[in-house]
Amino acid sequence: MGEGLSVRLRQDAPIPLDVTFSVAPGEAMALVGPSGSGKTTTLRAIAGLYRPAEGHIACNGTTWFDGAANANMPARQRRAGLVFQSYALFPHLTALANVMEALSDMPRAARRDAAMALLARLHLDGLEDRRPAQLSGGEQQRVAVARALARRPDVLLLDEPFSAVDRVTRRKLRRELAELRRDLPMPVVLVTHDLDDVTRLADRICVMHKGCILQSGSVSDVMARPASAEIAELLDLATDDA
Amino acid sequence: MDWEAFWLTIRLGGLTVLLLIPLAIITGRWLAATRMRGRAIVEAGLALPLVLPPTVLGFYLMTAFGAGGWFGQMFERLFGQTLVFTFEGLLAASLIVNIPFAVQPIQRAFEAVGPELREAAASCGLTRWRTLWRIELPLAWPGILTGTVLTFAHTLGEFGVVLMVGGSIPGETRTIAIAIYDRVQAFDEAAAGQMAAVLLLVSLVTIAASYLLTQRIGRRYG
Repeated sequence: MGEGLSVRLRQDAPIPLDVTFSVAPGEAMALVGPSGSGKTTTLRAIAGLYRPAEGHIACNGTTWFDGAANANMPARQRRAGLVFQSYALFPHLTALANVMEALSDMPRAARRDAAMALLARLHLDGLEDRRPAQLSGGEQQRVAVARALARRPDVLLLDEPFSAVDRVTRRKLRRELAELRRDLPMPVVLVTHDLDDVTRLADRICVMHKGCILQSGSVSDVMARPASAEIAELLDLATDDA
Repeated sequence: MDWEAFWLTIRLGGLTVLLLIPLAIITGRWLAATRMRGRAIVEAGLALPLVLPPTVLGFYLMTAFGAGGWFGQMFERLFGQTLVFTFEGLLAASLIVNIPFAVQPIQRAFEAVGPELREAAASCGLTRWRTLWRIELPLAWPGILTGTVLTFAHTLGEFGVVLMVGGSIPGETRTIAIAIYDRVQAFDEAAAGQMAAVLLLVSLVTIAASYLLTQRIGRRYG
């Protein structure tokens, strides 16, 4: 087992899945496909929030899930930073406290400085004392990213990270995340409907349909040479959906 | 004004809240998250005191608590005294009668927290205990407050079950609701009116305080 993330999932029900891929450190993989294609389930399985029937998930040489050995590391022990589609920020805590919660394994004295540094990195200076309801959609998304990074994750998982913001904010956030991503050392898995997200943020793409990967490869290759008419159609559909 | 009955009622309400709310938090949290098959049956069982006539419930409790009942016998063997017509019996009955008033608002509050925040907490590396302490309890707090107030207010006014299980022994089982009834039976309307007014005031203050607190919490979380 090498560095990075390797994923193999298989099950017939309740959601059919037959997925195998790996993501190298510093590389970003986009899972693309229509609703119900199994991409969010795949992401949740990596995070430890969904237990598939069979398969194997390992990250940086550590096994997170092994169906054959009946081994399943709980989500709280996996170093997976997950940005939820709806952000799932703790509504009663300030932006700073939200980020600090993900640092609870750090010495107490160091937590505040580390959280402040992350908020600054996400351009949230001055907003640390606001609760989620007092932040705009874009600001909430940045807090969610800061909280995911606060976990010092071995893999960063982004579930439709821009779906809850307007088009203008989406463009701005996408640009910021693309800049941030360049410095991230860990594998990134991005679930999206939007091909613009893919071209700006991902190095590789997996086109999924009904729980299977139809084609995977570098973004430019798959976009230029879809392996079948179905894939070309799915990619067009993805553009329309966004 | 029967101050002895008043303070006995306050003590009964306070002890009921103190003993029942922690159990209701555990039960409510469990019911909110469990996917167990028999969940509906457990919920129905816990809601039963809501729909049973107090005299029916009181009758069953009196039978169970009495010297012939299994619970009464067990209690007598352990503590050397019977449960019926004692403050301890009244407290035990009060705990049972108030289960739905305590559990239901707390369960709804934990349900409202939703699975996504629990998942977010797990993804942040929070232990179950820390998730409960830092995320779920603060968010479920208005529901816990409502459960506390409902339990306390309901204990103040409970009549049928108290009369069946406790009778009306001054200083032991005579609550203010029973004292009001006694005074009315004795045509002492002035004393009954005074006690009814005090009960009304206490209930009003308790409910208003809980609404104010809940509103403040709601504003804080925006």
